[in-house]
Amino acid sequence: MTENFEPTIIGFTCNWCSYRAADLAGTARMKYAPNVRLIRMMCSGRLDPTFVLRALSGGADGVMITGCHPGECHYIEQNYKALRRYLLLKRVLKGMGIEPERVKLVWASAAEGAKFASETTLFVEEIRKLGPLNWGKPTERLDDLQEEISKTEEVPA
Amino acid sequence: MSEIKQERVGVYVCHCGSNIAGVVDVVDVANWAAEKLKHQGVVIAREYKFMCSSLGQELIEKDIKELGLTRVVVAACSPHLHEKTFRTAAKNAGLNPYLVELASIREQVSWVHTDKAVATEKSKAVVSGAVSRVIENVPLEELKVPINPNTLVVGGGIAGIQAALEIANAGFHVYLVEREPSIGGHMAQFDKTFPTLDCSACILTPRMVEAGTHPNITLLTWSEVEKVTGFVGNFNVTIRKKARCVKEELCTGCGICEEKCPKKVIDDVFEAGLGYRKAVYTPFAQAVPKYPVIDKANCTYFLKGTCKACEKFCPTGAIDFNQQDELVNVEVGNIILATGYDLFDARRVSNYGYGRLPNVFTSLEFERLSNAAGPTNGNIVLRDGKTTPKSVGIIHCVGSRDKNFNNYCSVICCMQGLKFAHLVHERTGATVYNFYIDMRTAYKAYDEFYQRVLEEGTLFVRGKVAEVTDAGRNEREKGKLIIQVEDTLAGKQRRIPVDMVILSSGLQPRADAKEVGKLFGISCSTDGWFTEKHPKLDPVATMTEGIYIAGCAQGPKDIPSSVAQGAAASARVLDKILQKEVALEPVRASVDQEMCSGCRICNGLCPFNAISFLEDRMVTEINPALCQGCGTCVAACPAGAISGTGFSNEQILAQIDGLLLRNIEPVEA
Ligand SMILES: Cc1cc2nc3c(=O)[nH]c(=O)nc-3n(C[C@H](O)[C@H](O)[C@H](O)COP(=O)(O)OP(=O)(O)OC[C@H]3O[C@@H](n4cnc5c(N)ncnc54)[C@H](O)[C@@H]3O)c2cc1C
Ligand code: SF4
Ligand code: SF4
Ligand code: FES
Repeated sequence: MTENFEPTIIGFTCNWCSYRAADLAGTARMKYAPNVRLIRMMCSGRLDPTFVLRALSGGADGVMITGCHPGECHYIEQNYKALRRYLLLKRVLKGMGIEPERVKLVWASAAEGAKFASETTLFVEEIRKLGPLNWGKPTERLDDLQEEISKTEEVPA
Repeated sequence: MSEIKQERVGVYVCHCGSNIAGVVDVVDVANWAAEKLKHQGVVIAREYKFMCSSLGQELIEKDIKELGLTRVVVAACSPHLHEKTFRTAAKNAGLNPYLVELASIREQVSWVHTDKAVATEKSKAVVSGAVSRVIENVPLEELKVPINPNTLVVGGGIAGIQAALEIANAGFHVYLVEREPSIGGHMAQFDKTFPTLDCSACILTPRMVEAGTHPNITLLTWSEVEKVTGFVGNFNVTIRKKARCVKEELCTGCGICEEKCPKKVIDDVFEAGLGYRKAVYTPFAQAVPKYPVIDKANCTYFLKGTCKACEKFCPTGAIDFNQQDELVNVEVGNIILATGYDLFDARRVSNYGYGRLPNVFTSLEFERLSNAAGPTNGNIVLRDGKTTPKSVGIIHCVGSRDKNFNNYCSVICCMQGLKFAHLVHERTGATVYNFYIDMRTAYKAYDEFYQRVLEEGTLFVRGKVAEVTDAGRNEREKGKLIIQVEDTLAGKQRRIPVDMVILSSGLQPRADAKEVGKLFGISCSTDGWFTEKHPKLDPVATMTEGIYIAGCAQGPKDIPSSVAQGAAASARVLDKILQKEVALEPVRASVDQEMCSGCRICNGLCPFNAISFLEDRMVTEINPALCQGCGTCVAACPAGAISGTGFSNEQILAQIDGLLLRNIEPVEA
């Protein structure tokens, strides 16, 4: 069954690097797996972990978070904050009994269209192996989680 | 289910000729949106050949007026290309421009996927996400900030000089920052310039002097930019003015210090290692400014504590060994980067023997050798400094068009190789061979120059040189450099003995291009050149507003193109200055102080210090003039008190639902 399974993946991209990497992959006509649907944010720092939970609870089988390389964030260092949240989020997912590998963080600069394409295809294959997520009763669990996440404090920079 | 909003949404699916329609069934996508997203408020969904054309835009404008649309979704190319176009169209029709969303189905679908059915389904999802999101968009007003009319130009080569002069002549102030002691860049090193063979110094020096004396130009040589903050219209730049150890206000540029300085140093920069300079020096006679610098790393006084010959002899007492680096702060509205190129290091092609075989020269070495003001007074001689070569081989494309080094064509090397052939022929009468892969002499008067060099009797061998060696096999080859090459026109291997080899090395990005790019917030291409906003339609702008690029910093090019780009960049800057104000994206965070619990979690998160805590009221406040809109604090606030315009939680959550098709009306069973 997992053989023919086509995962649905939500990708969060930052306006300055990874979204432009996706643009570049397009301009260069690089081919990659069609399973990812992108959302543009200004910075990976904008990523609220509840977005990821909303995506997973709403039918996505995986979530890809992309941003500028460490040290290259347009807003100086906000991708480090994204990194911290990502690590925290993985712990929470694990606690919820969801494979943490369903969420992946990828750094891609505006010049790395090829990396964006290959990482996307790779991630789709990884999720295909994990199989469908089938997160039941989405809304209730989401509320619980939202509360849990809001209790965890941000570590200051 | 969530309450049904009463927005009236128009969806426009672009064919982009066959760019999109060739892979995506655009008619199906439009029909699907009209039917399945109707309950969301989609009142019309159309497809059209070219949405960005004036007819396409009129279609939207007409629907806004006639159908009373309150939201617009255009499924077309990347928002980085045409978001502005469609926002303007909406504005023209009286709709707030921020009520338009783009769904990228070209860069993200048709150009990267091949299966038509899959691509069509993905397009539907992307459109659905945009529709859900646009409903949550709110009308926004552009933020207008005044533009500082001063400009910073970094790099004083011909491109930077041109840019600075254009702006200064238009009446605005320019800070021209150059890392070396003098402006001029590479062009100052050449003797003659192709294709006209006019003397480089004769055409460059007047420009340098003009830049050096212009009342609107502040020249900061022996200086480097250290820090840049702010954004278009209002950059704050910190420049390190390295200690010259010469008081500019006293120095007359007489050159006595240089004459008296006992310390000779090999000049790796201007003389390309072929000549010497002193520890106190100006790189060349026509240097602008005329003040010398003391090279602390080589000065005997700085190394051993005694000497001070220059101080003793300076007639005006201008030498100052205690001078310290100075940090200069300037405020500018726009920045042009014209930092040029580095020469490809020919040592990397080890089979050509540069650095090992003395009579193999690089292109810049040959420029100095042939320069009347150079170390040999323009005599083209071998490394021994006296023997005139009887035969010379010029190898094209060194380090370029080669997957082991640089993939790209360095543009100028063929013409440069032809120029060298002409100069060698003219000054020594030697037999000249040019080894080329393809002869690339595009542009005005270039091919004519090639014809001229052909007629002068230069011999051309088509083929990539395999090796340059001094291991002669017979009398004819003894004591010579032998060029081993496959002559692809004659279809045979040749060994050609010569006295001198010149490598027409390619251009490559500055070694520090990446760091410099980072300093100014712009990116480099895979090859390492600064990336332009659009390769065809916007070659001197960058993705960062207010930062422009010109000359070889953007990619290999000749002098005419560098000058043209310098002028083009200055035109873009003047356009900005004359607008007096710049509109910023109204993407900003703000705190709802009713909801703020005063937890201060957000307080340490902002790299721009936009967030402050009001101790008296125990709530947080965000300064919209400092906020850059990254959204990090929005995501962090546990009370949900911070909202980010343009990228609100509501917008993003709605888009997630839309992309997952959770907004589709359940089909009745
Ligand atoms: C051997 C050779 C021969 C050539 N002959 C010809 C010819 O005959 N005709 C022709 O049309 N073209 C010729 N060219 C090409 C020509 O050199 C370039 O087109 C031209 O010099 C490019 O000018 P530029 O201002 O962009 O760069 P550059 O000349 O490289 O100038 C850049 C300047 O920026 C400064 N700089 C760099 N980084 C910084 C920094 N971080 N901060 C401050 N300053 C910085 C540098 O010191 C330099 O002064 C030749 C090239 C070579 C290699
Ligand atoms: S994180 Fe939210 S609640 Fe806490 S201080 Fe900042 S704005 Fe107020
Ligand atoms: S959105 Fe980013 S830039 Fe604006 S206040 Fe928040 S952290 Fe600072
Ligand atoms: S802008 Fe790309 S991660 Fe911050």
